[in-house]
Amino acid sequence: MPELTYRDALRKALADSMAENPDIILIGEEVGRYGGAYGVTKDLIKEFGPERVIDTPISEPSIVGAAVGAAMTGLRPVAELMYVDFLGMTMDQLANQAAKIRYMFGGQIGVPMVLRTQGGTGRSAGAQHSQSLEAYVMHTPGLRLAMPATVADAYHLLRQALTRPDPVVFIEHKALYTMKEDVDLDAPVPPWGKAAVRRHGKDLVIVTYSRQLHYVMEAAKTLAAKGIEATVIDLRTLNPLDFDTIREHVERVGRAMVVSEGAMTAGVAAELAARISEECFDFLEEPVIRVAGEDIPISVSTGLETGSVPGPQLIAETAGRMLA
Amino acid sequence: MSKKSNSDLLGLYRTMRRVRTFEERVGELFVRGQTAGSMLHLSIGEESAAVGITAAMKPQDTFTTHHRGHGIFLARGADPNRMMAEIGGKEAGYCHGKGGSMHIADMSLGHLGANAIVGGGIPAVVGAGLAARHKRNNAVSVAFFGDGATGQGVLYESMNMAALWGLPVVFACINNQYGMGTRIDQATANTNLHERAIAFGLNGESVDGLDVEEVAEAARRVVDGARAGKPGFLAVSCYRFYGHARKDKSPYRDAGEEETGRQRDPVAFTRARLIERGLTPEADLDTLDAEIGAEMDATIDFTIAQKEPPLASMFRDVFDPEEPEPEPVRTRLNRVLATE
Repeated sequence: MPELTYRDALRKALADSMAENPDIILIGEEVGRYGGAYGVTKDLIKEFGPERVIDTPISEPSIVGAAVGAAMTGLRPVAELMYVDFLGMTMDQLANQAAKIRYMFGGQIGVPMVLRTQGGTGRSAGAQHSQSLEAYVMHTPGLRLAMPATVADAYHLLRQALTRPDPVVFIEHKALYTMKEDVDLDAPVPPWGKAAVRRHGKDLVIVTYSRQLHYVMEAAKTLAAKGIEATVIDLRTLNPLDFDTIREHVERVGRAMVVSEGAMTAGVAAELAARISEECFDFLEEPVIRVAGEDIPISVSTGLETGSVPGPQLIAETAGRMLA
Repeated sequence: MSKKSNSDLLGLYRTMRRVRTFEERVGELFVRGQTAGSMLHLSIGEESAAVGITAAMKPQDTFTTHHRGHGIFLARGADPNRMMAEIGGKEAGYCHGKGGSMHIADMSLGHLGANAIVGGGIPAVVGAGLAARHKRNNAVSVAFFGDGATGQGVLYESMNMAALWGLPVVFACINNQYGMGTRIDQATANTNLHERAIAFGLNGESVDGLDVEEVAEAARRVVDGARAGKPGFLAVSCYRFYGHARKDKSPYRDAGEEETGRQRDPVAFTRARLIERGLTPEADLDTLDAEIGAEMDATIDFTIAQKEPPLASMFRDVFDPEEPEPEPVRTRLNRVLATE
């Protein structure tokens, strides 16, 4: 099995999809000659030419808006937003245009575009380059949202996103680009919209996604050493949301924690906790617990940055207290 | 100016009259309480822009419009019954009652959609221009917007991209002098709007919207230039005869200004020219106007007779029809609160 990084897997997904479908174009800042701020699109311009790998001026709203127009006229564009923190710049084109065009126009046309971006902490990038803004996307009807945590999912979810009929926001995690895994890309793949159960345990269900999966798995190992066995669910896509998998395991186990890097209040963890509480109340031994980002901006100081988001220790401690 | 044939000018007049009369009937539908809401923005006084520019477009061309776009869509060949039904929020409308006046669209006519965000539809034509180049289909994409949108950053981003990449794109600014209640000279220091486009490297022209033949000529230059690889910008100067939306009585401008402005009437101007040049007898124009009046009267009767969209249709078309619809709140509540 080849060893691939998360970045390599993303690049390969783009290259394989572009080779198959001549209507796929990449458009964004530095995606061509520079190769992407994090190197994901490295050399794709050599392989596919400047008409399909399009370097743009620094104009995020019109990058996303151009992708909308291209998607409506027969292309399958991949717009790249260098940091998810720039989402606010593009929110009109994303939330008022891409997300609503199918609906507003009575189903006449869809907007099959992918908005690739990356977010999260881990590089001391400061308050405007480190956020986890997936809740903005999840709160907007009409958008799909994928957040791969593993190298295999970086490949497969991006490949799948490039066949979807509706706009997909695809948020990578900046701290995962150099992560390596041995992956068999020919192994069977879960269908789009299906969560993955990464670990089975009888005491507690932990629901998470993106980089926090790795912290949760680390915490689960610590907990196992103390005799606590956790089931870990990696959502993979937040829209579609595979609540059936969550329900099945929470009803069996009776305890649930939700872990997210995004700010706690009104975030993804809040939505998941509310749903679990409503739908699985009769099966719960105690309230659903959220472990999420602090309600503060992210600092550039490594210590403050790390302290602003959940880590393995907090996750393990919290689980231990839930079972005490 | 080049000599136009009788049928050319009469054709332009006919389409302008249809736009004018349609808009008047929209006003009537509103007064009769049959429109979905009051956010109706009439293009009366701006007909030459819609008609002159669409006359320069080809069938494969695409376009986006703004919130004051009824005239453009009608001039492009829309069915006035389906338009009026959409404005009435009826199932038989172009968007089955989900879009309305400000979100009307028809892919078969290349109408990529009207937009209720000022400037919101502009960047889409850059993407449509990229697609046209990629597919080599010789299509031009035109963004229609008002002078108000010249305050939006996306216009300049998009003009820059179009010029940089030599895309078959046209930016069509219908300068009706007002962004809601703010006159153009209260919103910008340099009101020669086309100069901005020239600065970005586009073909840029301004034209007086009183004369539809001049608009059509200028549009032909700009659209043909875009098709040949040099994007363009055309500002058409006209006067918004009525308020911003149906309930706006324009208290921010005085009666004298409105009276003068309404004398710049492109429909009346063209009608007088047809008579003056001896191209069409006045009696024939009277007959034509009456026919158009009857056609547009019928859109009101059609709309009133149509059904409201069924309630369950609200969950349709959030996503592709092959995908599950979002679960209705009531269904979820019944599921969550169900007793054993």
